[in-house]
Amino acid sequence: MGDFTAQELTAIFVMQGFSGLSLFCVFLLMALGLAIIFGQMGVINMAHGEFLTLGAYITYLVSYQAAEWGATALTWYFPVAIVAAFIGTFALGYLVERFMIRYLYNRPLDTLLATWGLGLILQQVFRSIFGPREKTVTMPDWLLGSYRATDMIDIPLNGLFILVITLVLTLALFALLYRSRWGIKVRATTQNRGMANAAGINTDRVDRMTFALGCGIAGVAGAAFTTIASTGPTTGSLYIVDTFLVVVFGGAASLLGTVVSAFGIAQSQSILSFFWSGSMAKVFTLLTVVVILMLRPQGLFASKVRR
Amino acid sequence: MQRLTKAFGGTSGLIQIAVIAAILMIVLPATTEIFRLNLFGKYLTYAFVAVGLVLCWGYGGILSLGQGVFFGLGGYCMAMFLKLEASTPEATKIQTTPGIPDFMDWNQLTELPWFWEPFHSFAFTVFAVVAVPAFFAWLIGYAMFKRRVGGVYFAIITQAIAVILTILIVGQQGYTGGINGITDLRTLLGWDIRTDGAKYVLYYACCIALLLCLLAGKFIINSRFGRLLIAMRDQEDRVRFSGYDVANMKVFVFVMASVFAAIGGAFFTLQVGFMSPTFIGAVASIEMVVFCAVGGRLSVVGAACGAFIVSWAKTSLSDSFPQIWPVVMGALFIGVVMFFPRGLAGLVSDYGSKLMPGRKSRSKPSTHKPDTASRSAAGTTPQEPA
Repeated sequence: MGDFTAQELTAIFVMQGFSGLSLFCVFLLMALGLAIIFGQMGVINMAHGEFLTLGAYITYLVSYQAAEWGATALTWYFPVAIVAAFIGTFALGYLVERFMIRYLYNRPLDTLLATWGLGLILQQVFRSIFGPREKTVTMPDWLLGSYRATDMIDIPLNGLFILVITLVLTLALFALLYRSRWGIKVRATTQNRGMANAAGINTDRVDRMTFALGCGIAGVAGAAFTTIASTGPTTGSLYIVDTFLVVVFGGAASLLGTVVSAFGIAQSQSILSFFWSGSMAKVFTLLTVVVILMLRPQGLFASKVRR
Repeated sequence: MQRLTKAFGGTSGLIQIAVIAAILMIVLPATTEIFRLNLFGKYLTYAFVAVGLVLCWGYGGILSLGQGVFFGLGGYCMAMFLKLEASTPEATKIQTTPGIPDFMDWNQLTELPWFWEPFHSFAFTVFAVVAVPAFFAWLIGYAMFKRRVGGVYFAIITQAIAVILTILIVGQQGYTGGINGITDLRTLLGWDIRTDGAKYVLYYACCIALLLCLLAGKFIINSRFGRLLIAMRDQEDRVRFSGYDVANMKVFVFVMASVFAAIGGAFFTLQVGFMSPTFIGAVASIEMVVFCAVGGRLSVVGAACGAFIVSWAKTSLSDSFPQIWPVVMGALFIGVVMFFPRGLAGLVSDYGSKLMPGRKSRSKPSTHKPDTASRSAAGTTPQEPA
């Protein structure tokens, strides 16, 4: 480390830290959906990565259509793409819950296996429709380029954009869960299903909406994902194991924990990968998380749920 | 004599194993040529993992998504020995450093890493094939079960471990052979394992080892310990309150499953002639769970058949219709989980008891709920399906 001046070192930390922030956004966007599905419902959705991929492909289709329509459409297609991705994945999630998940609520390990099968099928469907090659969306002009903070620090605009989407989505989810009637119903169902039922909450309906909403968030995550990387049939599944660790590490039913653990894992992976090889940084980070989980199985922020 | 048969699940249990033995050791070798038989031998190595999963998942209620780790560790231990034997100074004299495996030379290593040294000895290798995976399984199991981590959490963490090990092996190319794995294995104690004769011998050795594993599995299931496992799976707290050390039982059955997987891995290396990280990762590990689920998670014989049939179907389907295989596999998985939780073995035993109404069905009740404990761990309360 002696070869770097203090200024260079700061620049490295800021730049690596920022690339860590992009990874943090991907983790968090994916983990938010998983956290409400796994944390609130106890269902393990191994097909979650495929919902992200679906969102990304929907965005690709919208951008493709926008490119046909011309420059104005291309500048402003992104908000439409986000809404379309949300609707598409929400609908698929709704159907999956209706026809598969709800028969498996009392067997969480089996939901894991069944959703993994679903993930396989979806991956193959993507491969048949879009081909095995990765697709890149046409980016609007205002997302290209970068912001030069100092001579050595260069921050790409698409990274800033995905950060903004992540923050907005996280805050919206917080508001939805802790400040809305629907959120009260979800939390009541999580904490005590029998009492929630007795109080007149239709818990089946709450489950269905929660699952669909989690999938919809994965779709938005997929739309945001297209701005920083290209999309292939297996894009989502690359992140699924890391994301599960993020959710478990944060403490299953705690959104705040998910945010903190996504930040910690992404930053340590990104900063370490400058000094070591990328694979060793990942091994070290994941191993640390696994060891911490062995010592503290409830995760960083244990929720106070009646067991 | 009667007590002896009873220990393995009664006469019908022994008949099942005898039928399997006859098919594997007489019918298959008599009807297929050696190339295909060698492939069958490869499928049988997955059956070891499936038998272990029956004990650990079907009876113990512990779903491990990291069985590939133990399969791989067993396989790698064997591969390291074979690689060292293949890398004599004479065979590798064109390298910069003769006498070390070729991939180390390609990665500018000039001496053998310390952890490779003991694998010059065959006795140590045989010991390590069992002991290394058993030690890791004990470590993981002890750390987690003592803290009452179970169910879903255990599954996710074992899966993460499979991912970590894959990244580590791929990343440390000089020490492990990287993504290609350890290839170009030739002889076992001077005996060429690539000839047809050797393939027959290895196939039979693999069959015998598998049959022993099946017997061991049956023995465990029908012992007092097996009954305790079922009790633990269905009502963990009651078993704990009755004074049993639940954590130790879980550790034991998990180590047992990992040892079975490791033996399978060692036979895989011997019969296929290489070992690579693709057999360790999250996808390979979860496929092993598919084998077990399709065959029947409550029947060792069923799971072994499941491993054989599914991997056979995989090879033949993915050769002729590469686009269809993932869809078939996914649909099979969803179907088995939703409609036939007891797999092929469950179908066979239901059908069998219908054919012979007089015979008492030995099948387990189909309404078992293996995951009571993990559900409470995941922070939700029980809910009946709508």
